[in-house]
Amino acid sequence: MDYFAQQAINAIQLGSIYALIALGYSMVYGVLVMINFAHGDVFMVSSFFCFLLLLVLPVPFIAALLIVMLATAILGVCIERLAYRPLRNAPRVSAIITALGCGLVIQNTTLSISPYSQRMPELFTPVTWNFAGLTISSLQILIVGISVGLMLALDFFIRKTRYGMAMRAIAQDRVTVPLMGVPVNQVIAVTFAIGAALGGAAGVLYASAYPVISATMGVLVGWKAFVAAVIGGIGNVRGAVLGAYLLGAVEVFTVTVLPSTYRDLVVYTLLLVILIFKPYGLLGRPAVQKV
Amino acid sequence: MSETMLRVEDLVVRYGDIQAVKGISFQVERGEILALVGANGAGKTTTLRALSGMQPCEGSVMLEDRGLRGLSPDEILRLGLSHVPEGRGIFGGLTVMENLQLGAWIRRDKAARTRDLGMVMDIFPRLRERATQLAGTLSGGEQQMLAVGRALMSKAKILILDEPSMGLAPKLVQEIFSVIRQLNEKGTTILLVEQNANMALRLAHRACLLETGNLVLEGPASELLTNPRVREAYLGAG
Ligand SMILES: Nc1ncnc2c1ncn2[C@@H]1O[C@H](COP(=O)(O)OP(=O)(O)OP(=O)(O)O)[C@@H](O)[C@H]1O
Ligand SMILES: [Mg+2]
Repeated sequence: MDYFAQQAINAIQLGSIYALIALGYSMVYGVLVMINFAHGDVFMVSSFFCFLLLLVLPVPFIAALLIVMLATAILGVCIERLAYRPLRNAPRVSAIITALGCGLVIQNTTLSISPYSQRMPELFTPVTWNFAGLTISSLQILIVGISVGLMLALDFFIRKTRYGMAMRAIAQDRVTVPLMGVPVNQVIAVTFAIGAALGGAAGVLYASAYPVISATMGVLVGWKAFVAAVIGGIGNVRGAVLGAYLLGAVEVFTVTVLPSTYRDLVVYTLLLVILIFKPYGLLGRPAVQKV
Repeated sequence: MSETMLRVEDLVVRYGDIQAVKGISFQVERGEILALVGANGAGKTTTLRALSGMQPCEGSVMLEDRGLRGLSPDEILRLGLSHVPEGRGIFGGLTVMENLQLGAWIRRDKAARTRDLGMVMDIFPRLRERATQLAGTLSGGEQQMLAVGRALMSKAKILILDEPSMGLAPKLVQEIFSVIRQLNEKGTTILLVEQNANMALRLAHRACLLETGNLVLEGPASELLTNPRVREAYLGAG
């Protein structure tokens, strides 16, 4: 029982990080109907941003988090502006290849600078508490707290603010939105900035929880988050969060009962099974074809 | 101040190699309703899309003394031209209120926006009742009211309406047309595209007849209404 509860805490921590990354995939898909395949590598490089920052300037945790989120947001906006926007009306396949290309560029640039894994300096000295037979560290609370806080802030932003309203409108009908006077390019840039910033937050949190970072992390962790977004219904932000916690739980509990080599097999089987019964994901709805 | 609100000269719009609009010229005077009528595929929607910046075009489009050609739709709206597209363009997953707020996107003055929200809801009381409902759940007629109301929220100088009567029952068509008349009487200049030529010509001051991308007739609406060519082709009378 204690073991189970302990694993549940780990699952929530992992799910929170997946959720932050999955939101970026889902938001961009929502406004552009495009899968930003570079997003996993944006997440990866953000943990290297954090690593570099701490080498140069050992700032406190929250400052590091904010600086890295800002730097990653700028990177996200640059990718959109330079690589995706020129191809916005090009065939779908061009955008996919460009996104994969951007991911490879980021990944290989990182590899060329840092061919080996890096040990992250400690960002934060956690305190652990023993509580009813469970061990909880202040780092876990911080990770989950920051993630949930960011998710609630995003939910508020999308439902209640002008730009959030414009994003929802663009997701429904990109052709009509400019007639409302909404500068669509600006809204799309904001979407990329937010998506990347959340990925950046995930990078910092991931690196504090699992302090060995490498250039292939974007593929390993980023893809899982993408799967989470698809399970939840890509384009739907609440779905992304649901999918991420589900995936985190499945991964953690699979390893408690099966050898860890089965983990990815179970995850991808889950993906296939869900897509068979819910082709648009748990909370997704089929896109309405616009004429 | 010039009396011409919108001046269009030698407007050409192409889809690939096909010219859908073949060099038309017309103008809309300040304070009038100009009807643009013509059969299916004549190029009415295409013309409006070019005016509001949704479609690249050649020729010249002047709103008062500003050239519009090459500007983006949001820049054109800021200059004072608001386009209610064919098929209404309602955001069905947003509430009625959110649709109206989106219409006021370009306006910063919160007090004035709130006042105009009240004004639009006085014109269309149905929208007030349904303010928190998703726009996709409105009936066709209510959606058309929302589309017009939303366009009013931008406080444009000229409103261009693409087939506001499309798909509506006769009673609702009359309601929409009477709102258009009221808006015009309060000073909004209107460019109205209609299939329903009979009603449009009764409402408008002047009218243009478009045939396969060419402007073939222009004059006071009452004259087009009695013109044998128009009557034969569009009014179902011999
Ligand atoms: N996106 C497009 N691509 C290619 N051709 C188009 C496109 N849109 C319209 N056309 C063509 O341009 C011509 C004019 O179309 P338009 O929609 O402007 O007509 P309309 O007068 O508005 O007709 P309706 O009364 O049926 O709405 C038609 O021949 C149409 O087939
Ligand atoms: Mg049309």
